[in-house]
Order: sequence, then C-alpha cells, then structure tokens
Amino acid sequence: MADRDFVRHMSGPSLHAPRGFLNRIHLDPILLVLLLILLVGGLFVLYSGGDSSIAIVESQIARIGVALVVMFVFAQLDPSVYRRWAPWLYGLGLIALIAVLLVGIGAKGAQRWLALPGLPRFQPSEFMKLAVPIMTAWYFSRHFLPPRMSRVMIALVIVFLPMILIVKQPDLGTALLVGLAGLFVVFFAGMSWKLLGAFFGMAGVAAPVMWFFVMRDYQKQRVLTLLDPESDPLGAGWNIIQSKTAIGSGGLMGKGWLQGTQSHLDFLPESHTDFIVAVLAEEFGFIGVTLLITLYFLIIARCLYIAVNAQDSFGRLVAGALTMTFFIYVFVNIGMVSGILPIVGVPLPMVSYGGTSIVTLMAAFGVMMSIHTHRRMISA
Amino acid sequence: MPWGEFKDTAAERRLFQRRVLVALVIMLGMIGILVARLYYLQILNHENFTTLSENNRVQVQPIAPPRGLIYDRNDVLLAENRPVFSVTVVPERVPDMDRTLAQLRQILDISDEDLERFHKRLGEYRRPYSPVPLSYDLNEKQIARMAVHRYELPGVEVEAELVRYYPYSEITSHALGYVGRINQEELRRLDPIDYAGTNYVGKSGVERFYEEALHGRVGYQHVETNARGRTLRVLEKENPVPGDDLRLHLDIRLQQKAYDLLSGRRGAIVAIEPKTGGILALASVPGFDANLFVTGISVDAYKALSESPDKPLFNRALRGQYPPGSTIKPMMAVAGLDSDNTTRDRTVWDPGYYQIDGKGRRYRDWKWGGHGWVDLDKAIAESCDTYFYDLGERMGVDTMSKYLDRFGFGKVTALDVSGAQPGLLPTREWKRGVKNQPWYPGDSVNMSIGQGYMLATPLQLATATAVLANHGKWQAPRMLKEAIGAESTEHVLPEDTHPDLVLKRDANWGYVADAMHSVVQGSHGTARRSGQGAPYDFAGKTGTAQVFSLAENERYDADEIRERLRDHALFIAFAPLEDPKIAVAVIVENGGGGSSTAAPLARQLIDAWLLDMNAGEPEKPVVADKKPAGETSDG
Repeated sequence: MADRDFVRHMSGPSLHAPRGFLNRIHLDPILLVLLLILLVGGLFVLYSGGDSSIAIVESQIARIGVALVVMFVFAQLDPSVYRRWAPWLYGLGLIALIAVLLVGIGAKGAQRWLALPGLPRFQPSEFMKLAVPIMTAWYFSRHFLPPRMSRVMIALVIVFLPMILIVKQPDLGTALLVGLAGLFVVFFAGMSWKLLGAFFGMAGVAAPVMWFFVMRDYQKQRVLTLLDPESDPLGAGWNIIQSKTAIGSGGLMGKGWLQGTQSHLDFLPESHTDFIVAVLAEEFGFIGVTLLITLYFLIIARCLYIAVNAQDSFGRLVAGALTMTFFIYVFVNIGMVSGILPIVGVPLPMVSYGGTSIVTLMAAFGVMMSIHTHRRMISA
Repeated sequence: MPWGEFKDTAAERRLFQRRVLVALVIMLGMIGILVARLYYLQILNHENFTTLSENNRVQVQPIAPPRGLIYDRNDVLLAENRPVFSVTVVPERVPDMDRTLAQLRQILDISDEDLERFHKRLGEYRRPYSPVPLSYDLNEKQIARMAVHRYELPGVEVEAELVRYYPYSEITSHALGYVGRINQEELRRLDPIDYAGTNYVGKSGVERFYEEALHGRVGYQHVETNARGRTLRVLEKENPVPGDDLRLHLDIRLQQKAYDLLSGRRGAIVAIEPKTGGILALASVPGFDANLFVTGISVDAYKALSESPDKPLFNRALRGQYPPGSTIKPMMAVAGLDSDNTTRDRTVWDPGYYQIDGKGRRYRDWKWGGHGWVDLDKAIAESCDTYFYDLGERMGVDTMSKYLDRFGFGKVTALDVSGAQPGLLPTREWKRGVKNQPWYPGDSVNMSIGQGYMLATPLQLATATAVLANHGKWQAPRMLKEAIGAESTEHVLPEDTHPDLVLKRDANWGYVADAMHSVVQGSHGTARRSGQGAPYDFAGKTGTAQVFSLAENERYDADEIRERLRDHALFIAFAPLEDPKIAVAVIVENGGGGSSTAAPLARQLIDAWLLDMNAGEPEKPVVADKKPAGETSDG
C-alpha cells in the first residue's frame, strides 16, 4: 500500500474541499435526494399494491430506516477499508454459503437462510451480491489494467465459486445476479473484447447445457410460459396475463391512485412485492412508469458519474459494477412483469415490499457514497 | 500492488471511461426496449387490455328463480323448496390440504365416497380460486359444527342452495314426478340463458309437464368480483321472476287413502272428478322416495329400486297397459245400444259358451253352464261374457273402435301428465299393419270382453268411467286446477279438443248406469258384497285380466310364479249414481278376481271421499291453513 500512502501524503487534508454538511458526513446529496424520492414515491405505490394496508407501509418504513442507517454506516467507511477487508468478507461469505447448504433453513425445497445464534436470520447469497464485486475489484486493482488472460481466469474462479454454491441451494436467479455483479467488474476492468466475445460464445453453448442439466422443471416452465402464456392461462401463465392486463389497462394516464382494479380485486398476484410495478403502471399509466424509469436512470447516471470520478481503480470497478447490477435488477423486474423476461424472483429495487434486497441495495449505495466522498482532491 | 509492475493511472481511467460509455449505450438500449414494451402494452394495446380488465372485474351472475310450489286442491303443500347446505373448498386458500381434510372429516363425518369424488374433482382442470364441492346436504348438527370451526379452516365454505323437497315422498312420487340435476342431454335442450343459474329440471310428472311455468324467469346481477370470485358489490340487478305456484285437483288425503289401500300389493288407483276431469288421486304402488332423485341417487339405491321385482319406479297408473277385461262391458253396452246392434229387450241364450254362427270354436263364459236367457241389464250385472261375445260379433271391430275412441281409449287424452301410455285400441288397419293379418270375427269376440289385443291404462279406465258418469260429456283428465302467478290457468293448460259422445237416445246412459248399479247393489251383481250397506247409490263394473305375458323361465320359485301368474283384478266405479262426484279405476296386479280384490278398495275409497272428505260442504273442506303467501285470487 506504499503508493497509496504516498498519494495521501502528497494531497494532504488542505486540498480536501468538502462542499457542505452532507459531504462532510460522507453522503452524496444528489444521490441521496434521488433515492429518497424513489423510496417515498415507492411507499405510495406500496400502500396501493398492499391493499391499503397501513401495517405493510409501516413495516416498509421501518425497513427503509434500517437501510438508511446501513447506508450511512457504509458511507462512513473509507474505501480502503473495503479493500483491506475484501478477501476476508469474501471468505466469510463462502463459508456462510457452505454452511447454508449444510445447516440452512428455507421453504419450498430451497435452503437460502442461515440462522446463527445471536444474529438475525440472513441470506448469505444476498451478502455475496456485495462481496463478490468487491473481491473481484480488489483482485484486479492489485495489478495493472487491463488484466492479463491468466488473471481474468482467476477472477472468473472468484466469481463462479459462490455462484455454484448458490445454484446448489437452489437459487438460480440470485446466482445469476451475483455472477453478473462479478462479471461487470471483469468487464469494467478492461477484459479484452476478443475474450468477451469468446465468453459470450461459451455462454451460448452453456445455455442449452443449463437447460438440460441444471435447470429445474419449474424454472423451465417459467421460460416456456414466457414464450406462450396463453398456453396455460389458469396455471403458470396466470401471473403474466394478469400483470400484462394490469399494465395495459393503465393506458397513458392510468386509473388513478388506489383505483387499480387488477390489484385491488386480487387478480394481480404478488401485487406488493415482485409485481408492484404493474400496480404503478395500472394506476399511473405510461407516464407513471416512464417517470419511474427516468428516476432509475438518473440514479444510475449519478452512480456512473461517481464511478468515473473515483480516485482509484478499486473504487471505479466497485462503483461501476454495483451500478450495473442495480440496473439489471430494474431491467429484469420490469422486463418480467411486462412479459419479456421469465418470472424470476427479482423485486423492484427500493419499491417492492420486504426481503433483504432494500438493505443490500442501500448498503451498496453507501459504498458508492463512500467512494465519492472520501476522495482527496488532486489537481492534474 | 506487487513491485515490478507499473500502474498507468491515466490509461486505466481512460479504459474505464470507454467501458462506462459502452455500458451506458447498452443500458440506454435496454431501457429503450422496456419503454417500447410499455408503449406497446399501454398505448397500442390499451383497449384490448381494458376489455380484459373489465371482463376480469365485472361478472354477470344469473340468479336462479325460486321454483313454483305445488299444492293440492286444499292448499296442502306437496312440493316445496328447502335450503340445502353443502361444503366447498377453495384449494388455493387452503394452507395444508391434508390437515384441513382430516379436520373436516372429524367435524362432518365425510364418507369415503365423497372424499374420493372430491379428490377426482381436485385433479380436474378448473379456474384458480373456484370452489370444489366436498359434501352435500349437511344436517343441522353439521351446519352448527361448521359454524363453530369455520374460522380455523380457511378456504372452506358452506354454501346454501334451494332444493326441491317432497313432504309426501312415496305417496306422491308417481303423481307429481320429481326434479333432478340437469344432465348433458337436457343441457342441450334447455334455454342456456334462462337456465343459467338453475341446477334442477323437472324429470317426470307434473314437475316435467309444467317445467316452463314452475321454473320462472332467470334474473341477473352485474357484480364486481375479486380473483377469488367473491362478490364485492352489486352494480346492477334484475330480479328473477319466481315460477308459478300450481294448485292441483289432487287431494292429498284421497291420494294417501289410495296409496294405503294398495299397500303391500302392486297396483294403481286413479280417481277423477267427472265434472271437471280433475284427477283427485293417482296412485301407483309401490312408490319410491322422490327426494332421493333430487340431489342424485347413489348407484346402490338406484340399483335396488330398478331391479326390484315390484318395479317401484314403474308408473302403473299412467304407463301400465292392461287388458281391460270385463270393465269394458258398460262401454260396449253403450256402443251396442247406440249403434242399434242390440236393444234393452233383446235376450241371448247363454249355454256357457259362444260359437260364431253356432259352430266352430267355443268361446267360454266365465260361468260354467251359463247364465241362461240374458238381457243387457243382466249381462252387465252378472258380467255375462256370451252376451257380449254375440254383441261384439254383431258390432264388428269398426263400430267398437269408433265408440271406444270416444271414451278415450287408444290414445293419450290426459291434458297435462307426461309419460302416459296410449294403450291399444285395435282396428282393422292396425292389425293389417302390425300383424299383417286380416281382422277375424274371433278378434271381435275377444275384444268385446276386453281381451285379445286391447290394452288400457288405469288412467284411461278412470277417464272412460268418468265419461259414463258424465253421460258422454267429455272432460279430459287433468292434474292442474289452477296456476297461481303470472300465467293464467288457461294459458298453461293445453286445450281440450276431444269431442263429446252424444247418443241418439240420451236415456241409454242412465240405462247403462243403472245396470252398473246392479253390479254393486243388485241381488245378483258380481260386486254386490262391495256395495253392501253403502249409504249412497253407486255404479261399478268388475273385471279380470288374464296374465299372458309372464314367462315360464323363472323356475326357481314356484310359489312366486304362481302368485305372479294370477289374473289382474280390475274395478271401475262412479258415485253417487245421480250427480257423480268421483269416478274410480282400480287395478291390483295378480289380485285374482275383480270383485273380491279390486271392488272393496274402490268402495273404501269412495266412502272416504263422499262420507269423510266431502261430508257437509262439498267443495272446500277443513284444511285451509297453509295458503301460499303470494296467492292473489281464489278460484
């Protein structure tokens, strides 16, 4: 870490120019405001999607509170802390994933939760959504970029090891998202286009292999249903048809807040969790969803700005990968609810009710803010 | 960072910036896909999805009209609607099906058969959140238990439905008929709109004939429902029109009496009010519990009924076709007098048999040695066969058929019974067509005493008796006295087009009636024992129908065969002689002679009607407390 010390010495505290109170407590004001708009707006949609249950809203507010605290704490830590701890966090995560397979608890034939004495129940796979990109970024940032072929291979091992463990749970959806988070790091690190092309070629070969050897029947069913939901309108296709109906009947302006018949009459399944964007689309129309997507895009744009302006490659890679992961959540969720992607259990970031997703995401934004607000100003 | 490697920070930054640019372009492309998709759904296909959403939300639900009630002539309820409760399960809302079923079994005592049917239905294709029936017709104890445990059992509902109930079950089963669940074939036949909410349809008897009037008109409500099909609010409603209530000519007391008189035997009694043609009693014994058929009879119970040698499902009064035997003689007498083939004074020598033209086959009289010189009056009173052999031979088939047709034989003349049989009134053409043989004089001889080819149902015999009592004035037999409700009685009751039988000399009616009076109250009448001590004058005629048909292949039970090969006992009567109030036909299968078996039953029935039920005021006696609520006019 010698050269970093050198940089710190060169810059010195005098060059550090905080622009106001929020920056001083390591929060990025623009990102914070955008996130708060999203969170508060999401509460209104949740109130409607949750059948006007104030209890659900209250519980979500509590969760948001926890998430904000987590974000705040993560923002306080210097990026070097994440870098120093990266191997340990990653190793801990792997151990937890192995523990889940051995002693985990869960429902519907999948073991995803770990209940350790003295700790709240948690999903190690959720933790890995952060730990894998941080670990990969740590690995790459130790060397010059773009990485050599051999280092890309090692990075891929870092990514695939937890993926395999998560697939075993089984939780294919989360495994893909964790894998993607790691791969985004590889992509931003500057993996050569040739290699990238070869990788996609391998993925093209792997897809049928997955179909025949890895995917469970219910997962295949989801894909098949996506291709032709009307083939089973009362079974697996029910969700898709009802959510498309909700979205489509919203039209340009929507039916108005709390006026959505699809969700309020229970035709729309999971209306306050995974399918909440259909509630928004039904009640606030095309304009409402477009605004939501714009809001997400603004958040992503701000995060990319943070990434580009990060001081070292570790910060850049972590911020870039986390941003892309966030975008993938948005895309996959809206894509599946509007019927262009199979139904996988991905909630709409920051809006869907429940789960640990909102805490993980806010932790990620905390890391992002940390990267941005711990910069030392260097001229040149 | 290991030593020996040099880090080009600026190059790394530029590399990262390029990658971010690529990522941004890809992201914008993907966002474009999402927006395009939403545009496709929300703008381009907005109307389609609005329609889908409305169809989801608003359901048009039919409201079944309550079926019309059926009363007897004294407003005693014969067919009513009772709420029946059944348990249904919505599998989507049941957290643990096995446990729920185990709990339900404890609470309700569900049979294995029900459970098996439930599992079968569970496996069948159905809409999510639609209820699956588990157990029908809960008793009050079960309903109470369900009310207590309902909150422990999410997804389990108790549903109520109005179901037909016949309080007099066996007694009225053949007279009223019954309703049952609509089957596949009926589904095709019935108006799909009007029967949208209806599960039951009249299967036989009055229930079937007056199905249209009893059913009423379906109502509708537009309701907003949730995905579970639960009604949240009614947006629009059109009330159903309840079916018309019907008041029958039937008197349940007389019906009960007729049923009791025949109990332990097989047979039928039909009683008609001659003035109106109204059927006072229509009993076929043994009967069956019509209530079993309403919600669906079990296979075993149905097998027991359909395979019983006593044929309880067979409506003998309407469908039993018997040779009328000597009960046809009064009608033959009317025909003979009016067609001038005989006179009141003409006598015939009866040596105990009859030969056509005095030679050939001997047609035997029932009395060995014969009745000696016989005139028409004596021939009826003593049921002399020889006289009628002679008369039949003189009249020939054409004349006999012409007159018997006017008495209502050979066709269904009843206005409003369903499933009646026409019997058989043979003619020359019939025999040519069916047997490909000419009509022989011997056929006329047989026909003259109601044997040979001729067949009649008890209802037809009672109808013909009423014609005798009415002096030829025709009143078609009918069940319906009046319809109480939207439709007028004239509208629902078919028109009676049958002509009267007008004789050249009307006095001949009285002559034949007097002769029939001698049957029961004359010193040599065949049924004089049955007429003894009657405080009114009445007319009757005995009959005995030979049983040809029973095969000799039932060799295992000799006593049984003997019993079943015995003749059918018949008796017709009307009373009082002047101003008849009731005409009766009685048939007791394998009852032996008409005078010994059937006539006493008729006498008791007439006694009950004239002395107990219509003593004092003739029209409307005691029972009047059960007037229907919706009744408007008093007929």
